[in-house]
Amino acid sequence: MKPSDGTFIAGVDLGTRMTKCILYDPGTDTFPARSTDYSGHNLALAAEKGLAEVSRLAGIDPGEIFYVASTGYGRYQAPMRQTQITDISCHAMGARHLFPGTTTVLDVGAQNTKAIRIEENGRVVKFRMNDKCASGAGRFLERVSKGLEIELEEVGELSLRSKDPQPISSICAVLAESEVINLVTAGHPLEDILMGAHMSISDRIVAMLRQIGVDGETSLTGGITRNAGMVKALETKIGKPLNVSEDSEFAGAIGACLLARRRLRKLEERMALNNQKN
Amino acid sequence: MLVAGVDVGSTQTKAVILNENSEIVSRGILNTGANVVKAAEKAFQAARSAAGVEEWEITSIAGTGYGRYKVHFGDIQITEISCHARGASFCFPGTRTILDIGGQDTKGIHINEKGEVVDFCMNDKCAAGTGRFLAAAADVMSIPLDDLGGVALQSDNPLRITNVCTVFVETEIMNHLSRGKKGEDILSGVHQSIAGRSVSLLRRVGIVPEITFTGGVSKNIGMVKALEEKLGSTINVSDDSQYMGALGAAIFALERAKARHDGQEAGAPEATIKERK
Repeated sequence: MKPSDGTFIAGVDLGTRMTKCILYDPGTDTFPARSTDYSGHNLALAAEKGLAEVSRLAGIDPGEIFYVASTGYGRYQAPMRQTQITDISCHAMGARHLFPGTTTVLDVGAQNTKAIRIEENGRVVKFRMNDKCASGAGRFLERVSKGLEIELEEVGELSLRSKDPQPISSICAVLAESEVINLVTAGHPLEDILMGAHMSISDRIVAMLRQIGVDGETSLTGGITRNAGMVKALETKIGKPLNVSEDSEFAGAIGACLLARRRLRKLEERMALNNQKN
Repeated sequence: MLVAGVDVGSTQTKAVILNENSEIVSRGILNTGANVVKAAEKAFQAARSAAGVEEWEITSIAGTGYGRYKVHFGDIQITEISCHARGASFCFPGTRTILDIGGQDTKGIHINEKGEVVDFCMNDKCAAGTGRFLAAAADVMSIPLDDLGGVALQSDNPLRITNVCTVFVETEIMNHLSRGKKGEDILSGVHQSIAGRSVSLLRRVGIVPEITFTGGVSKNIGMVKALEEKLGSTINVSDDSQYMGALGAAIFALERAKARHDGQEAGAPEATIKERK
């Protein structure tokens, strides 16, 4: 049961929409495989599938994963987990790993948006979150794309072509869906409506970020990082570039692995101490 | 003399034609859709053809609802607050409190003995507690919207719906379904959730009997029962509850037409009916 044995730790981030899984090799301090899939109704199954997929991608036997750390809203529903850690801690840790200068983290997922402030040493000092309303979360975009009959994956790229963004006045995602249909009827180009929607969500996300302070280096995490239009809208509103990498979506799962390793090290140290006493 | 009221709602557009004795001659209803101007015309046309009358036979037309300024053929525009108040106190003269639940808005209106609006409160920022909330539930459960109330009434063990957001409730319902919960129990919970929010909206304007329930959602028997339970009293629901805004508008149009008519007879300058706030 030692991380230095070279066997693997897995981080599973069970989100409301997607389940992100990443494999961590503490021996080499690398992340050899990652996977994303829909969470669906059965979160235990989603976690299991994620672990199987990363094992397959890394070419290892799932038995070589000796420690599973879960996070995200469904973290208690992964029966194979050794530990569960809050999304706040994991995203803070993951963002620091991806961008060591990070002082604030914006995690925008399907249902939850979180703004997290971290200290130099990586400790979370403050956070704000919104999980009551879809207005500042990914689900808002989902509704808008549904209203426009565009695939969610295409929304970001398309919005970047906008020359005259159309502001969406509805805060509610459901009401926004009718509003975008009216904008289409009025003859506005899709890209302008989409960029308007991105701007509108950005307003609410940035308002949350301001509550914890916008100074320093901000890293964006969560599924929204896959949407280039959203990244641009947020950068415009905040007025500075945001840290985004290929792995930003996995920040929670990465953080879970790293926090698990830290925890294992502490356990080892304690055991070593006990052995010395005996 | 014939007059009309056209209520352009976010979801449905309603039209009512009245005669000079304030009796409803005909009604028209259709989904508003994306073209609001057309919806207003079509609803008016539907009411006219149901009564078999031509446009020139209608002396005065009042537009109301969120799309009232799109009723291009209308003579006046009156807020839906005034119209629902007017329609409700016309149907139920004892009305002091009105709950209007439409497709996108929920309103609580407090009126005095004379039927004048004293205070109102509305929820138009968020779809929680509106018809859209029910529509979302109907959609997820693949049950026709008109059957929702009846199904909910079969429940003897309502589930608690914890989400406020309509978008999140869809997920919550799916989770309940995947855990094998009964449809009627889920729906009963959905109705109770809306009833709870409606009652707190009403409390902000003051709940004074009699209470009259108007708007499209008042057609839902499950919603009526859930509200009565939460309020601890019966509520007035007219067969025309859905047309209450259009009816109120038509009554304003009739008053205007009569005032103009009387004014012309007396040789006085044209009288104007000011919108009541």
